[in-house]
Amino acid sequence: MNKVVLGLILGAILGAVDGMSAWFTPEVRTQIVGIVIGSTFKGIIAGILIGVFARKVRSLALGIVFGLGVGLLLAFIVAQMQHGFYFQIMLPGGMVGLIVGYATQRYGRGPQPQRP
Amino acid sequence: MKQLSDRIVAKLQAEMQVPDLAGTRYSVVRHLARGGMGSVWLADDMVLNRRVALKVLDLVAPADDLGALLLREARILAGLEHPGIVPVHDAGTLADGRTFYCMKYVEGQTLAQHIAGKNLSEKLRLLERIAEPLDFAHARGFIHRDLKPENVMIGAFGEVLVMDWGLAKVAATGRKPTEDGISMVVPDPQNSSRVTGQGSVLGTPGYMSPEQEHGGNEVDHRTDIFSLGALLAFMLTGSSEEAPAATRAVPRPLRAICEKAMATDPNARYQSAREMAADTVRYLSGEPVLAYPEGWFERVGRIYARHRTAIVLVGAYLLMRVFFILFARR
Repeated sequence: MNKVVLGLILGAILGAVDGMSAWFTPEVRTQIVGIVIGSTFKGIIAGILIGVFARKVRSLALGIVFGLGVGLLLAFIVAQMQHGFYFQIMLPGGMVGLIVGYATQRYGRGPQPQRP
Repeated sequence: MKQLSDRIVAKLQAEMQVPDLAGTRYSVVRHLARGGMGSVWLADDMVLNRRVALKVLDLVAPADDLGALLLREARILAGLEHPGIVPVHDAGTLADGRTFYCMKYVEGQTLAQHIAGKNLSEKLRLLERIAEPLDFAHARGFIHRDLKPENVMIGAFGEVLVMDWGLAKVAATGRKPTEDGISMVVPDPQNSSRVTGQGSVLGTPGYMSPEQEHGGNEVDHRTDIFSLGALLAFMLTGSSEEAPAATRAVPRPLRAICEKAMATDPNARYQSAREMAADTVRYLSGEPVLAYPEGWFERVGRIYARHRTAIVLVGAYLLMRVFFILFARR
């Protein structure tokens, strides 16, 4: 599978799981649909960015660092919009980025060398 | 006095073995090794100013028959142009009547020397590279028939070369059958059974397939698959004689690969060197090996070993999620 597509799918799945975990918080349960959609969208954006990076740079360490960075950054933006819950939002966001960063470097098909 | 004369005789014999390279472009540097029908000498190619290896027939041998045999080996090598097979540059007859051929001088180690201290994956990668020239030769109808650690050299740049095609045979079912098999006796000073011809034994004990051991004429390329299996066993256990099945240190799939390659029935073996190499690569990549039907526990263990980091990361993520649900609600 293409690294960008892999990043997109993994980001979407992990983002959706991330959003669905809000169901266990009674205060926000009524907004669950919006949270899941937002979280999935965030995961997709992170996945695409990390996947594109994995296509350009073939380094497991850099892929993980980049994934972690993108995950933390997007989660930070969401936490800013929520006016709080930095730890509860940024830690899972960072981990999702890290997992997608690792997975896109380790798995997924890179660009094929061009024939002369 | 007797000791002195023995030494002189030995010295004279050694001197007599030095090939007379008068009239050729080569000059002898030193003796490298002794083979079944002659010696290999390090020489200088004075025209191209480079080091080469000369395989020269023994002076004492019946030159006519062995000369044809050596020339035949040179022709086989010349016909097998592959990075894993040592190239032949020249062949001919010396002033003293001995046949010779000139090949690339490979500076390196034998397989046995090279694998000392190497880990399992490096050894399996080596096997894959040994299988490449072998498969190439098989595709052209040649059978090596004497594959053993001494006949595999690893060059200074890491190149893997299958050497000594002196006992090679053109397979009856090969794609380009051009010659008959070897039809004479070749004495070997080191290995007891290096005899060729119809109904006779040829090869090296421990690396020889049962059909080759029986001296039948029906050996095909699968005899080399047996030797390749013995070579793998040697790399894994340090001995081709020791059955890998008896060695618990060798992982079961690799034991199964050895057993399949060394099956008594050629039909039960891998049918090509490439097929066997592919199975070892499968093992290296954490994929299921064709020679080994694994159980459920083994399959789970293999998948875990292959994707350990990813599984640990996802597990850590899920644990973190559970932690948040239980203790750190928004």
